[in-house]
Amino acid sequence: MTALIQASGLTILRPGGSETVLQGVDFQIRPGEIVTVVGPNGSGKSSLVRALLGHMPLAAGRVERRPGLRIGYVPQRVQVDTTIPMTVRRFLSLPRRVGDRDAARVLARTGVGGVEARQLTQLSGGQFQRVLLARALLHDPQLLVLDEPTQGLDQPGIVAFYKLIEEVRRQTGAAVLMVSHDLLVVMRASDRVICLNGHVCCEGTPQHVSSAPEYRALFGAESEGTLALYRHHHDHDHDHHHHAGAH
Amino acid sequence: MLDDFFIRAVLAGLGIAAVAGPLGSFVVWRRMAYFGDATAHAAILGVAISLAFQVSIYAGTMLVALAMALAVSALVAREQAMDTMLGVLSHSALAIGLVAISFVPQARSDLSAYLFGDILAVGRGDLALIWAGAAGVLALLAWRWQRLLTASLNEELAMAAGIDPRVERLVLSLALAVLVALSIRVVGSLLISAMLIVPAAAARGLSRSPERMVGNATLIAALAVMGGLWASLHLDTPAGPSIITAAAAIFMVSQAFRRA
Repeated sequence: MTALIQASGLTILRPGGSETVLQGVDFQIRPGEIVTVVGPNGSGKSSLVRALLGHMPLAAGRVERRPGLRIGYVPQRVQVDTTIPMTVRRFLSLPRRVGDRDAARVLARTGVGGVEARQLTQLSGGQFQRVLLARALLHDPQLLVLDEPTQGLDQPGIVAFYKLIEEVRRQTGAAVLMVSHDLLVVMRASDRVICLNGHVCCEGTPQHVSSAPEYRALFGAESEGTLALYRHHHDHDHDHHHHAGAH
Repeated sequence: MLDDFFIRAVLAGLGIAAVAGPLGSFVVWRRMAYFGDATAHAAILGVAISLAFQVSIYAGTMLVALAMALAVSALVAREQAMDTMLGVLSHSALAIGLVAISFVPQARSDLSAYLFGDILAVGRGDLALIWAGAAGVLALLAWRWQRLLTASLNEELAMAAGIDPRVERLVLSLALAVLVALSIRVVGSLLISAMLIVPAAAARGLSRSPERMVGNATLIAALAVMGGLWASLHLDTPAGPSIITAAAAIFMVSQAFRRA
């Protein structure tokens, strides 16, 4: 098996219900690849990620992870309660204790060197995301899984964060699986994009996906920006409602 | 030395403080204040059942408290807005316990001992049980420490590291039930959750790491025990409430020294 994670026919039900969140999804990610999952709210992006990690029961289908696969994970909306006093240094040692040198190394790599003694709650949003990424980089992951890692960051912060992801991939060779809302930037940083809406609407290179009618039906006006970004030739068909209706 | 009722009281109180420090920190971190209340209030029902069926009060309260802790933690895992539900459970458990205990004649007379504790009446057997139980709970918390801390910080991060947050919730529920059973004679059902929350809340502002907070909370709980018992001896005030009053006084002073 060359893929790091290979999944086929994934079907997931809403907890305690019979509605499907995801239906018949096939997925794979290979070493060193940056794959981004985009889709509207409630399209099952986070459920897909959690199923791939084995955190969620499957109604049907199967997930195969390469044996011994080391995954670094940054969940969606990590909030650290102010009731827990926690320095960055202590946080990096949860749940597995790490040495000072390793802690300093990952913090420096994500551009937040020297914040060890700061309380988590005193970090800015961007710093906190970088600390989470640093923690995910401990123990040499072969795959980084980032669920909406730029939530709450401003535009320059988002651009800087994706630049960092590409840099980390180049330095470590780790594959990256991201869930994102930031269509324009994230797609530029990806090798492959999966457009999800309860099932896989379309999949392929960013150029391919951004010109696919299914993608444009889902994202409407914003997809125009993506198209412009790629200067992709298209026929100026603005009749998105037609596609949405057919969907 | 153990012949002196006052020495026994101090030792019993310190045994409770040793557990209330770390466990109270988790209660504060996980915002489980009402959870502690519900579990502690269920202890009164446990006392009624123990007396009615003539089993050990420690065993009865522990079982009922454990049942309550498990029920509450199952509910919390399912729903988000839980404070109303926890309020209902907590107050119902107390009321039902008080009604049940009224059917047990020998308990009616010393009801206040179960509500507010009777630390000055702690015997050698109680003392042995309190310290054995405290050692057991501390060993459990120390064994699971890194996992408990990760799960309390963020359940998704915990799951990614192969930790099952449900197991850690179960560990805390069990520890809480044991503490409630141990404390019923010392500070009583109504004051147990105060013993959990007040020292830990006082320690929060003085601490920069979870371990420091546990240490500070334990120290504050121990000071409160000694201060409360001293007041009880010299001012003839009720022991349990005096201990909590001392803890509250330390909390207020601690607010002036908040660092983080």
